[in-house]
Amino acid sequence: MNEEQYEEIQVGLHLPAFEAPPLSRQALAIYCGASGDHNPIHVDIDFAKSAGLEDVIAHGMLVMAYAGRMLTNWMPQSAIRNFDIRFLNMTEIGEAICSNGVVREKFIEANQKFLIVEVLAKGQDGLNKLSGSATLSFP
Amino acid sequence: MKIFGKELIGYQTPKFQVEVEKGKLKLFSKAIGEMAAVYVDEEAAKSLGYRSLPVPPTFLFCLEMERADPYDWMLELEIPLGNVLHAGQSFTYHETACAGDILQFSGEIIDVYSKKNNELQFIVHRNYVCFLEGAAVAEFDRTVVIQTRGKGN
Repeated sequence: MNEEQYEEIQVGLHLPAFEAPPLSRQALAIYCGASGDHNPIHVDIDFAKSAGLEDVIAHGMLVMAYAGRMLTNWMPQSAIRNFDIRFLNMTEIGEAICSNGVVREKFIEANQKFLIVEVLAKGQDGLNKLSGSATLSFP
Repeated sequence: MKIFGKELIGYQTPKFQVEVEKGKLKLFSKAIGEMAAVYVDEEAAKSLGYRSLPVPPTFLFCLEMERADPYDWMLELEIPLGNVLHAGQSFTYHETACAGDILQFSGEIIDVYSKKNNELQFIVHRNYVCFLEGAAVAEFDRTVVIQTRGKGN
């Protein structure tokens, strides 16, 4: 990213939001296989019920992967130095997750240009699923 | 169930190596709906300066799942999986890993704390990822929360 492009990014800038399709059981099954995360709480309703839930819940890491897509849709992945989130609420079948980002800080350190982006993902009911931040840097 | 204290800090999980397979990266991209050329077309990735398909930001977590039993430490510590939730996740990146790389993982518990009079216990497990020759790729921390009085007890 050149000087001019960096200058154009203002604190407060909203990244293009990323809206994922409503989560199906099939999507969780595919993610289960593709991610190697076979925790039964995400695919086995009997197990989920025995753990006191009404149904299976989505992998938090799938929701984080969607937030990652918002970042890499905006900037090349090689710019991401840190990506740090907390999971706030469980994500259920049928929920459509929207990931949002806002530039919160800009600074230059050791000739590297940095951006700190606040990251927030919500379900369609407005409940927060995860929040955190990403640090991006550019030579 | 047990109440854990700071003595758990330093608990090591087994080291292992894993090759980043192109097919697995493509399957992961499919699972998260990623269709950008850089993640599914090796030539496109190379034209952008990557050695091959890049490992997407959260996929290092999935690579750790390839070791013999990624939940081994929870079993050994007798933590019922049904009472465990993923509370937080962070990644710090040094280099972008790509398909064809062989990565070495080593893990340890770096923090333990509790809230609400031990009703919620938090354990932070860190993985250190490096290339075979030793250069650092990333560290990533998984924070799990255990509901001490969950139904799985």
